[in-house]
Amino acid sequence: MAESLYFEYPVDGENFASAGQASTRVKRNLRELGLDSETIRRVSIAMYEGEINMVIHARGGVAKIEVTDSQIIIILEDKGPGIANIEQAMQEGFSTAPDDVRSLGFGAGMGLPNMKRYTDYMNIDSVVGEGTTITMKVNY
Amino acid sequence: MTIKDIKNLLDAEVVCGEESLDKEIHSACGSDMMSDVLAYVKNQAVLLTGLLNAQVIRTAEMMDMICVVFVRNKKPTPEMAELAAESGIVILSSPKRMYEACGILYSNGLRGEGEING
Ligand SMILES: Nc1ncnc2c1ncn2[C@@H]1O[C@H](COP(=O)(O)OP(=O)(O)OP(=O)(O)O)[C@@H](O)[C@H]1O
Ligand SMILES: [Mg+2]
Repeated sequence: MAESLYFEYPVDGENFASAGQASTRVKRNLRELGLDSETIRRVSIAMYEGEINMVIHARGGVAKIEVTDSQIIIILEDKGPGIANIEQAMQEGFSTAPDDVRSLGFGAGMGLPNMKRYTDYMNIDSVVGEGTTITMKVNY
Repeated sequence: MTIKDIKNLLDAEVVCGEESLDKEIHSACGSDMMSDVLAYVKNQAVLLTGLLNAQVIRTAEMMDMICVVFVRNKKPTPEMAELAAESGIVILSSPKRMYEACGILYSNGLRGEGEING
């Protein structure tokens, strides 16, 4: 790939049924680009966890994906409540998700650590009351 | 075993993906928590679940799974079935309960390999 490719998707925070739509689209785009399946899987899982977080914790936002010749960069931006204690949020099992989220199959406090595990780089930039931007990179 | 074997063992109905029933399956997992599936499942091709929403299908797609079995006769909506069909995922709906369905598949040689809670 000579030039890098860029995709941008809105993430609807009002409608849980559509949560994950952006990740589904990105996965299909990456398949069309012919990237190897392990890379696609890592990007998909990390982005999907982040997208679900934007819906259940932050009323939605925007997902930006850049594909260069050596890495995939995923930027998830929201204007939600922000994360007060990032170190605590990164711990396995820490979750502020209410019971109704748990009945939807999420809220085990596994998402952020999983995003870290599946990516080569992850940074959380968050300001309480303003929002959160998560940047992840997967090398391939 | 194949997806068709799973269908027969679990008395399941094929909701979508009839054309893929001959695909081989080597491992499976069962969970109602998609968080756990995303965090603990490795290469399982089948997900058995009692949870019914679009995120079950999307989770399976992200994990490169090829078959979702809804237990306790749960039937996906047409939107869920369409999503699965688009991603080439077979959906089965079985009258068995989770414990029984997993037990039947396990005792017929389908193992879990990686670990999974729930
Ligand atoms: N975009 C976000 N905006 C605000 N808070 C967030 C955001 N993402 C995560 N958090 C906070 O960090 C906590 C941990 O997130 P994590 O994804 O690890 O777990 P979870 O979403 O609660 O459960 P799971 O991901 O297992 O379904 C959340 O419960 C929430 O408090
Ligand atoms: Mg999460």
